[in-house]
Amino acid sequence: MKILVAVKRVIDYNVQVRVKEDGTGIVTDNVKMSTNPPDDNAIEEAVKIKESGKAKEVVAVTIGEDKAQETVRKALAVGADKGIHVKVDGIIEPLAVSKILQKIVEKEKPDLVFMGKQAIDDDCNQTGQMLAALLNWPQATFASKIEVKDKSLEVTREVDEGLETIETNIPSIVTCDLRLNEPRYASLPNIMKAKKKPLEQINASDLGIDTKPRIEQIKVEEPPKRKAGIKVSNVEELVQKLKNEAKVI
Amino acid sequence: MSVLLIAEHNNKEIKPFTLNAITAASQIDQDLHVLVIGHSCELVVKSISEVPNVKKVIHVDDEIYENFLPENFTPAVIKNSKNYSHIVCSANTFGKNLMPRIAALLDTSQVSDIIKVISADTFLRPIYAGNAFATVKSTDVKKCITIRPTSFDPATTTGGTAEIVKAEKSEVSNLTKFIKREEVKSDRPELGTARVVISGGRGMGSGDNFKLITAIADKLNAAIGASRAAVDAGYITNDHQVGQTGKVVVPDLYIAVGISGAIQHLAGMKESKIIVAINKDGEAPIFSVADYGLEADLFEALPQLLEELNKLNTIQK
Repeated sequence: MKILVAVKRVIDYNVQVRVKEDGTGIVTDNVKMSTNPPDDNAIEEAVKIKESGKAKEVVAVTIGEDKAQETVRKALAVGADKGIHVKVDGIIEPLAVSKILQKIVEKEKPDLVFMGKQAIDDDCNQTGQMLAALLNWPQATFASKIEVKDKSLEVTREVDEGLETIETNIPSIVTCDLRLNEPRYASLPNIMKAKKKPLEQINASDLGIDTKPRIEQIKVEEPPKRKAGIKVSNVEELVQKLKNEAKVI
Repeated sequence: MSVLLIAEHNNKEIKPFTLNAITAASQIDQDLHVLVIGHSCELVVKSISEVPNVKKVIHVDDEIYENFLPENFTPAVIKNSKNYSHIVCSANTFGKNLMPRIAALLDTSQVSDIIKVISADTFLRPIYAGNAFATVKSTDVKKCITIRPTSFDPATTTGGTAEIVKAEKSEVSNLTKFIKREEVKSDRPELGTARVVISGGRGMGSGDNFKLITAIADKLNAAIGASRAAVDAGYITNDHQVGQTGKVVVPDLYIAVGISGAIQHLAGMKESKIIVAINKDGEAPIFSVADYGLEADLFEALPQLLEELNKLNTIQK
């Protein structure tokens, strides 16, 4: 079995993002970038399945500018066998990403495609479901547990009401939740070894896909700021404030 | 131009957020039709037909829709989508799971999680965990949109008499099989719509300690929330998680206990009307969004809070 894992380079989850003064976007210069957190879970799960003997190969793919390769290198350092970087500059929407991934799936013929359930930059939560639609594959989104069976997967999904378990045929798309596993760290020797693993580069334009955005970003602004609050000195004061000032209890 | 809204329900009742989505959808266009796909869901169809904002209800009923699998829902939505300029759904796990599958087959770039309708093609949506708001304009002919329900008021539920039409089921998919659903039943208000929410974080120290939270939730008729750290640690189940990838809540009163206030948590609660933070670390980021901050050990503060609440003659429910 072969598993393809899609990873995205985003602003690190610990960074307090800043809006550009001219309203055209977010400040990214000199900002720490890393792999989208649930994509780390996706890689970890694929590597674990390989280690269990149920998969032979894990391929990591990323789409974006040159620096996006860092995320593939990181995936290679924690156990992926091969990397693919599809180069494209500028904003690329989930619909175009899923069309590119469809081409990669046709070429690589994986049995499973894993990715994070959502990217923490645009918060779209679309790509996995879109890819599943384009391939006419089943989708298991928000996965917190994956069990690989002979010809199917049993996946536990985190939904608003609690948990849901479904069985999907293989091939299948799985989008991973943060509680699926605990991603490992890359050791220094493995980071060095990863540099020798194959990393294929493809230009998005050679795939014949129109990546032009369909959504115009008119402006990006800071959300309204909350008014500064106060510190109360004890519980009694807190309850009085809630009762008589805020009038919420 | 007409809008088609996909109703979320459990075959017996409408999910409350469908009503918020109806409000948003009718701001896009008054000619709002609702598509109810399910199994033996006549009661849902009837109650939606009584929502005054709804002009028509389309009912697709078959056992293949009993468990809301997107592989089965998608062809049914697409088949009924021809005459509509917009297809909309609320942005909870149901809509997040379903809508992109529809959008991709319609070759539409979906606009996710809108918090404001500016015009029929322009919307406001949060990005980066709500640390920025983007105004976006969709250029697709047919638009697929998901709505953040807590940003819109629920629609009135009585007085309407929308026409009900039945539509044929679509082809069945055998790609996925539903196995089970583990719902946590509770008599408490639902987290997403509760007037008061009290949440615990890693500082609670154990699942057992959440009983301190439960006692206050009982008193205030509040829903119980949690930070991701508390869910990861196994103190409480995932359906309680508030945050960027959990639930977004906008109660009148949000009480954060033992929660440091990572930006991912703030994303799920910082639009609340009044925020209270109880934390022993005076530098915790949660205090920067709190209207009332109490720097205290929660194991002392929570019993005291219960005691003070018990002293009150009346408490709003």
